[in-house]
Amino acid sequence: MSAGEGFFYFFAFLTLIFGALVVYNPFSRNPVTSAMFLVLTILSLAGLFVLLNAFFLAAIQVLVYAGAVIVLFLFVIMLLDIKAEERRKIRVVGAVAGFVAVAAIAWMIVGRLIWGTRPGSGLPAPTVIGSTSELGTILFQKFLLPFEILSLLLLVAMVGVILLSKKDLK
Amino acid sequence: MIKVGLEHYLTVSALLFCLGLFGVIARRNLLVIYMCLELMLNAANLAFVAFSRFNNELNGQVMVFFIVTVAAAEVAVGLALIVALYRKRQTAHVEDLTSMKL
Repeated sequence: MSAGEGFFYFFAFLTLIFGALVVYNPFSRNPVTSAMFLVLTILSLAGLFVLLNAFFLAAIQVLVYAGAVIVLFLFVIMLLDIKAEERRKIRVVGAVAGFVAVAAIAWMIVGRLIWGTRPGSGLPAPTVIGSTSELGTILFQKFLLPFEILSLLLLVAMVGVILLSKKDLK
Repeated sequence: MIKVGLEHYLTVSALLFCLGLFGVIARRNLLVIYMCLELMLNAANLAFVAFSRFNNELNGQVMVFFIVTVAAAEVAVGLALIVALYRKRQTAHVEDLTSMKL
């Protein structure tokens, strides 16, 4: 096993463990703990992105998700004072039924779809590298119009957030 | 042992997606449900990057860039909605927000 493969198993294991701890943490039902484990999940996903040679996206992942989005989450959690929620019980029947359904979906996707058809077999050796300059070239030439539409979307989201957070919401 | 390839990354992505899906189904706190949605979006991102790498295409990575941006906008709007909801009803728990149920 080469070093890259070792790193893959390491980061994949961490990603799944931390992701599971976001969903269900046996020691704490506090949303702050979930948010912290979401940070760790995103950081280990960034590690997987680096292994896939997507360096720009790994940096974006850390900056935008672990930076901006999680800070927003924590800010809202602190603002709302969610402490009272911790005492509630999880409905066991619903959780078990949901787990069975999701496990069935996971088995269908992983067992049948991915390992049944093996989409990666017979592909040439990967050479593509997601460096900033290559991604920027393709982003500002081929995808210029979607990029501009996206900036409009961000403007709309900003205006919407300001409107929604006004005190007297009509 | 098989060499690490596209299937391995897709497996991680699918499992992460299913974790997020389970969280959306099982958890009852709006904020945690939102975090699980983020998990699902990240799982899709991982699948995009893996396909982009193994098909020698950069278009998938541009798609991930767009998804990250849309997800950030979505989180901002969604959290503003949760705050507005909390101001009106003093709860962020889905079982208390059933006034639209028939």
